[in-house]
Amino acid sequence: MATRHDTAASPAREGGAAPARSGAPSGAYGTDERRRARLSRRWQRDIRWSPYAFVSPFFLLFVAFGLFPLIYTGWASLHTVELTAPTDMRWAGLHNYTRIFDDDFFWNAAKNTLTIGIISTVPQLAMAMGLAHILNYRLRASTFFRVVMLAPYATSIAAASLVFVLLFGRDYGMINWALHFVGGGHVDWQNDKWPSQIAVSSIVVWRWTGYNALIYLAAMQAVPQDLYESAALDGANRWQQFFHVTLPQLRPTILFTCVVSTIGASQLFGEPLMFDANKGASGGGEHQFQTLGLYLYEQGWVNQHLGRASAIAWTMFLILIVIGIVNYVISRRLRESS
Amino acid sequence: MTTTLTPTGASAQEPRRTRRLRRPKAARAGGTLHAGPLAYAVLVLFSLGSLFPLVWTAIAASRDNNRLAETPPPFWFGSNLAHNLNVAWNDANLGKAFLNTTFVAGVSAATVVFLSTIAGFAFAKLRFKGRNALMLIVIGTMMVPPQLSIIPLYMMVAKLDWTDQLQAVILPSLVSAFGVFFMRQYLMQALPDELIEAARVDGASSWRVVWHIVFPAARPAMAVLGMLMFVQAWNDFLWPFLVLTQNGNPTVQVAVSALGRGYTPDQSLIMAGALLGTLPLLLVFAVFGKQIVGGIMQGAVKG
Repeated sequence: MATRHDTAASPAREGGAAPARSGAPSGAYGTDERRRARLSRRWQRDIRWSPYAFVSPFFLLFVAFGLFPLIYTGWASLHTVELTAPTDMRWAGLHNYTRIFDDDFFWNAAKNTLTIGIISTVPQLAMAMGLAHILNYRLRASTFFRVVMLAPYATSIAAASLVFVLLFGRDYGMINWALHFVGGGHVDWQNDKWPSQIAVSSIVVWRWTGYNALIYLAAMQAVPQDLYESAALDGANRWQQFFHVTLPQLRPTILFTCVVSTIGASQLFGEPLMFDANKGASGGGEHQFQTLGLYLYEQGWVNQHLGRASAIAWTMFLILIVIGIVNYVISRRLRESS
Repeated sequence: MTTTLTPTGASAQEPRRTRRLRRPKAARAGGTLHAGPLAYAVLVLFSLGSLFPLVWTAIAASRDNNRLAETPPPFWFGSNLAHNLNVAWNDANLGKAFLNTTFVAGVSAATVVFLSTIAGFAFAKLRFKGRNALMLIVIGTMMVPPQLSIIPLYMMVAKLDWTDQLQAVILPSLVSAFGVFFMRQYLMQALPDELIEAARVDGASSWRVVWHIVFPAARPAMAVLGMLMFVQAWNDFLWPFLVLTQNGNPTVQVAVSALGRGYTPDQSLIMAGALLGTLPLLLVFAVFGKQIVGGIMQGAVKG
């Protein structure tokens, strides 16, 4: 109720209006006045507080299921916690961190995450850009093509990975069979390092290229036509227009997709898990395609060291913060230069 | 447009000027250019690449395990589809998984849409202290992947004994920063301020404004966001994989992955499971594909 006094704009404040009209003829008039005052106060409260009421569910749920767990992960990373007794935490200081930094498998997973991230993100975004450029032409059946490009996005990680395991089979897989026509064909897509990383990346590329193409397409359609017209008048051909008009105009969008893909790549888990024919969490017999996400899972749920897994999660978080800062710096530079 | 630029183009010779004007028109890269055969060829190639693994899932599911261990691999359907689908359905607990996933994805999508619409409305149209700072926080949360929060959530689930209980999957999925952002962007341009002011003059409370003006105006975006969130919840993998089990209370992804990671030696059965897990969403895409494409593109421009 204290808020009432802050709402200065209220035209008919209680106690203010009534004495001034001491000679007011009828009681009916007074009650009407009071009613209006009450309504007005409620109105003020409503205007003032309802925005917070509307946004608060988001923040409450985010704090409960996003922020608090994130911070608590940092706390848990300083403890020894076992999966079998998750509530029994013993202080361990930075032991978990020194432990994983000395662990070759951690660095292996970090390197794999980086290389798989590059092999999956770069071709994905490049192809998406090319596709978007073509989809931006005046096309027959354009809706059909767009929906078809998006079909892999509707496919779950589990289902997609299972199919790709078969397609990438060493002995009877479709891809080796196709490769034997061009003289290749005995690639061991499971056990050799680079082939297995390419295979895992191809699942990501397959699922996300169409999605990113649509995002680029949307950005291309927002580029003002007159930029193209003036470039064309200056004699720029189609490719020059693409490089000198489209790409610069798309810079924010490209940056956005890069950030999103980088975050996605740093979290890669389901694809390498499901791709492993040995059905373990080691990312292949020699950890050849184990990512950080998979390593986190292996430490936490296979080896049952939740404290160590927390240290991995928190390290990944710090890496993301660094990426975020780099991204911020780059985007500021871009804005200043343009 | 052309008039402002002709002076530079029309320098000396008259014939050159007309050529210069006409040629660029034909070579414009914007949306007005017709696609040539090469463009169609590339599109068809990519479409085949998109669809092939899906079609081949069905082909493999219609064969038996022996046929999948032969060279060359099968290119056309066999006669084993019904049998495989039937066995996979029962082995992988898929009936229950479908009910569970529909429920989880439905509740999650509906809640996200509702909460995103009211929050998006507040951010788009209402004035309040701290609005911009709060919106920045919302956008910032998009950068934090949920995977980093799973360990404490798992501890919580273990403590509450919620393993194999659907609320363990539903609760963390009830809000989406993307959803708030998406609805805010939509309402900023789709909801005229005059409409809200008119309702205010008539004495409508904020809640009435939301109910009678915001919801009707936001309906198309709500539908799109609902579909996107449904797809996302349907395909969610890591978290359900940690807290649900195949024989207990699985979602489709848990059931399908368990089929693949179990000791079923029969690849055609695994493919049948994968097919069953994918088909419902492909049907949704076949029917609402245009709207979903539009929604993704709409969310992208402002992104």
